[in-house]
Amino acid sequence: MLRFLVRRVLAAVVILVLISAVTYVLFFALPIDPAQLSCGKSCTPQNIALIHRNLGLDKPVPVQWWDYVSGVFTGRHLPLGNCPAPCLGLSFTNDTPIWSTLMDRFPTTLSLGVGGAAIFLTVGVGLGLLSAWRQGRLTDRIASAVSLLGQSVQIYFIGPLAIFLFADRLGWLDAGHDPDWSSDPVGSLSGVILPCLVMSVIFWSNYSRQTRSLMIEQLSEEHVRTARAKGMGSAYVFFRYALRGAMGPIITIFGIDLGSILGGTVITESTFGLHGLGQLAVSAVLGTDLPMEMGVMLFGATAIVAFNILIDACYAFIDPRIRL
Amino acid sequence: MSGIAMTKAAPAGEPLLEAAGLAKHFPVLDGFLFKRRVGAVQAVDGVDFTVHAGESLGLVGESGCGKSTTGRLVTRLLEPTAGRLTYRGQDITHATRKQLAPVRTEIQMIFQDPYASLNPRRTVGEIVSGPLEIQGLLTPGARERRTRELLEIVGLNPEHYNRFPHEFSGGQRQRVGVARALSLEPKLIVADEPVSALDVSIQAQVVNLLQRLQREMGIAFLFIAHDLAVVRHFSQRVAVMYLGRIIEIGDRDAIYEHPRHPYTHALLSAVPEADPDDDGRERIRLAGDVPSPLNPPSGCRFRTRCWKAQDKCATDEPPLVRLDGDAEGHLTACHFPQEPTVADRGHDVVLDPALAALEGTEPPREPA
Amino acid sequence: MTTVTTPQPRPEPPAPRGTGDPFLSVRDLRVRFATEDGEVRAVDGLSFDLERGRTLGIVGESGSGKSVTNLAVLGLHDPRGTTVSGRVTLDGQELLGAPRKRLEKLRGAKMSMIFQDSLTALSPYYTVGRQIAEPYRKHTGASRHRARQRAVEMLGRVGIPQPQRRVDDFPHQFSGGMRQRAMIALALVCDPQLLIADEPTTALDVTVQAQILDLLKDLQRQTGTSIVFVTHDLGVVADVCDDVLVMYAGRCVETGTVRDILKTPEHPYSWGLLSSIPRLKAPVDVPLRPIPGSPPSLLDPPPGCPFHPRCAFRDEVAGDRCATERPQLLLTGARGSACHLDGDRKRAIFADRIRPALGRRPEAASPAAAGPEGPDADRTAEPEADRTVADEPAAEPEADQGEGNR
Repeated sequence: MLRFLVRRVLAAVVILVLISAVTYVLFFALPIDPAQLSCGKSCTPQNIALIHRNLGLDKPVPVQWWDYVSGVFTGRHLPLGNCPAPCLGLSFTNDTPIWSTLMDRFPTTLSLGVGGAAIFLTVGVGLGLLSAWRQGRLTDRIASAVSLLGQSVQIYFIGPLAIFLFADRLGWLDAGHDPDWSSDPVGSLSGVILPCLVMSVIFWSNYSRQTRSLMIEQLSEEHVRTARAKGMGSAYVFFRYALRGAMGPIITIFGIDLGSILGGTVITESTFGLHGLGQLAVSAVLGTDLPMEMGVMLFGATAIVAFNILIDACYAFIDPRIRL
Repeated sequence: MSGIAMTKAAPAGEPLLEAAGLAKHFPVLDGFLFKRRVGAVQAVDGVDFTVHAGESLGLVGESGCGKSTTGRLVTRLLEPTAGRLTYRGQDITHATRKQLAPVRTEIQMIFQDPYASLNPRRTVGEIVSGPLEIQGLLTPGARERRTRELLEIVGLNPEHYNRFPHEFSGGQRQRVGVARALSLEPKLIVADEPVSALDVSIQAQVVNLLQRLQREMGIAFLFIAHDLAVVRHFSQRVAVMYLGRIIEIGDRDAIYEHPRHPYTHALLSAVPEADPDDDGRERIRLAGDVPSPLNPPSGCRFRTRCWKAQDKCATDEPPLVRLDGDAEGHLTACHFPQEPTVADRGHDVVLDPALAALEGTEPPREPA
Repeated sequence: MTTVTTPQPRPEPPAPRGTGDPFLSVRDLRVRFATEDGEVRAVDGLSFDLERGRTLGIVGESGSGKSVTNLAVLGLHDPRGTTVSGRVTLDGQELLGAPRKRLEKLRGAKMSMIFQDSLTALSPYYTVGRQIAEPYRKHTGASRHRARQRAVEMLGRVGIPQPQRRVDDFPHQFSGGMRQRAMIALALVCDPQLLIADEPTTALDVTVQAQILDLLKDLQRQTGTSIVFVTHDLGVVADVCDDVLVMYAGRCVETGTVRDILKTPEHPYSWGLLSSIPRLKAPVDVPLRPIPGSPPSLLDPPPGCPFHPRCAFRDEVAGDRCATERPQLLLTGARGSACHLDGDRKRAIFADRIRPALGRRPEAASPAAAGPEGPDADRTAEPEADRTVADEPAAEPEADQGEGNR
């Protein structure tokens, strides 16, 4: 297990280094000159050269990239200000360290992601299990219809609808605000419930359909038949044998969906006016804040890679045939 | 039978294919970041045999004995790790694709699974004429005539030329595989478990078909199977494999009536016969399964399951030689061979601990 | 049923036939599957009995309905799309239509099953020990600790070395033969009175198969379990079964003792099976005689006798009855076949045309003595003698006499 983790973390580092190199080249070596962008329309060549020197853009691209990567670990002293240890550079727009902005925004995104995933896994897998248990009966059809509903809607459509219905009209739920878990856990929770619910809806159908077909497949597996042949009860066989077999593939699908979850949070944040990483990325793109774009991207990639390692470890825990 | 098939047949009895010290080791890779070789599955580890023109050599053994790998080496679907493979005097051990091309037309293969070895998107006609087309032989019209002829030879209706494999039953699909193998008029067919996926009543149809081809077209066969009775029925000579080695080889009578290797005895004793009066055979029940070819036992590979094994068996590998009193061409690799008979000699050999406990006997240890 | 742990060297053979009521009784069993292409009649009116301590072999090719029959006995068919009718009684209890809870109490306890492929039939997610202990806990209410001890004991009995350690292994850590032994341990953990073995050795190597078959026979001697043994291999049948039922297209075409079926079969399909298998002791120059054609589709089975399109003897029945009228299984005692040929004709055909080509040799040790003439000439007289006495027990001394002749 340790060996596996070390191996996967090393591989992840290699992947992240590659991602950082590619994104760096994309952002900083392409024809758009960041100096030109940050300098505005009335710009003299002297000004541009000065900005170049200030941003370190006068050096060759590989050297710039190396400075950037080593800065993540050691921190940098940039002409515009100090940038402590996990340094992803300074924002073009307000000269603050990217890292601190990320840390400021991350709780919102994490809450949405984790909360949304928890809801859609519960609802989606639950509906799928219900369908499989009552396969071919009315319950199955109703459950399938409910999940299908999720498939046919979009966040920016049901988001406002849900705010109108549950927050404005019925007043059951908060219309959504940024969480601050350390000082106000209860308020944070009520603030993210509605966004999490709305975000989870688009994932329901996939998980319920996948779970249903995985369970039906598992229920026809021979080892499940053996469990029935030895007299174990239907519910026991269903949960202990069939669900156990379906869990691995569900987790795999979840691993693949991590990127989509991040994408979902972006749309949800803008729908609910929350200030998370997604919203940060959007404003960075609109404001051509290249270091911020790059920072968000690297941070997101790191999170996805880290979660994937966690998921693989889970998989090994579920299936004893996989040796780590 | 088609005239052209006969003209190219080699004179019977001439050595067609010779394997000497043939080996195939599959590397096992593992490692931290970078893969490195940590061992090798010794699937085939130094086998010698000859297939003569027009004869059928049977290759029997249990799973993991390397019989299928041997078949794939002979057809050069795999490249040997060591040893020498000669086809009509030409060394093809490491021959390139180009050098192999003329030989490939003469050695064909029939596979076990008639479902998986035919392309479901091509018609039977296309499948059977495929090899002719690839080799650029005959005009399209002549190819189709030849294909219809081949379908008829294997007992299929030539009218079914345009049907797809899924429209055929398992036995018929295996016939399609046979027709494809025949299309280039091979001199040697490697048949890897050709009937084991088929129902009992269908097996005999295919065995008879292959037997007719061998006789009428003079095609030599390397017949690989785990079913000892089928191999006996089909092959004039038989080689018994165990963990990558040939442990006994000889003509049919030698192997089935006068075997010397304890493993051959155990195999024959284990075959259930469809005859309630079939006693009079010795009863040998081994313990456990075949060991892993990843780390085979030293010396004689059978020694871990053998009731006659002694210290010598662990240190000295027995050579494959003709023993005193054995027929010509009957070779056995054993330090302490059995009597040359399969008849019951009054005491069972029961090594299996559960059987021994239930039957109230101790696992016997025969003196050498 | 209690576990006999002391080894019994050569216990008494099972009680002779005809004593006691059948332990398992199947009457007019029909199993139908609804598919997209129509209704599949997988089992079509099957009846048989199995007495305590005996082994019934069900022989047939793929699609003959032999496995479907057993799943129906255990009530393991998916009720959706499957219709099961008829009567199945186990020790006097009706199983078909019994409440689910009652079936669950019987399964694994009074009746259990061994499947063909132990790799897929055991769950990869739980240890072998847990899978064996589970039904024991459920059916006997034993503690976790006691159930584990029982699993270790069972693994030891079926010949797993170091059972104390291997009990915590997962199935994939076992070799094929060991897994099948674990499967047997699982089936026998609650000392069932009925064991259904569905091709239990088909996936195994021949030397391992011999070990497993002997193990099943020895365990049966010890526990007196009744066994239904499903196989396509007539050699295995000869080795383990007392009685045999030959299935074709979801029906029983012939039934009798193992000696009846293998020595004096009466149905053309049984003849075909016997003639198409190569044997270790048969002369090699006699070609095999396969059954022409292939098994029928169960979606649209042929009218009349399902075997008639492949049967070489349908012309011997007057008026094309084989193609129009379904032959009934006519039983004399427990022996019978479903064929329109009349009894004398069947016996004559087997004696004159089928048996000579089987090339059976009476003695293995002296091949020289087994000229094609001698033994066969002896044997042609046998069935006639056999038939002068109609019922079963009388057939046995006759066979002994046959052996004495040699």
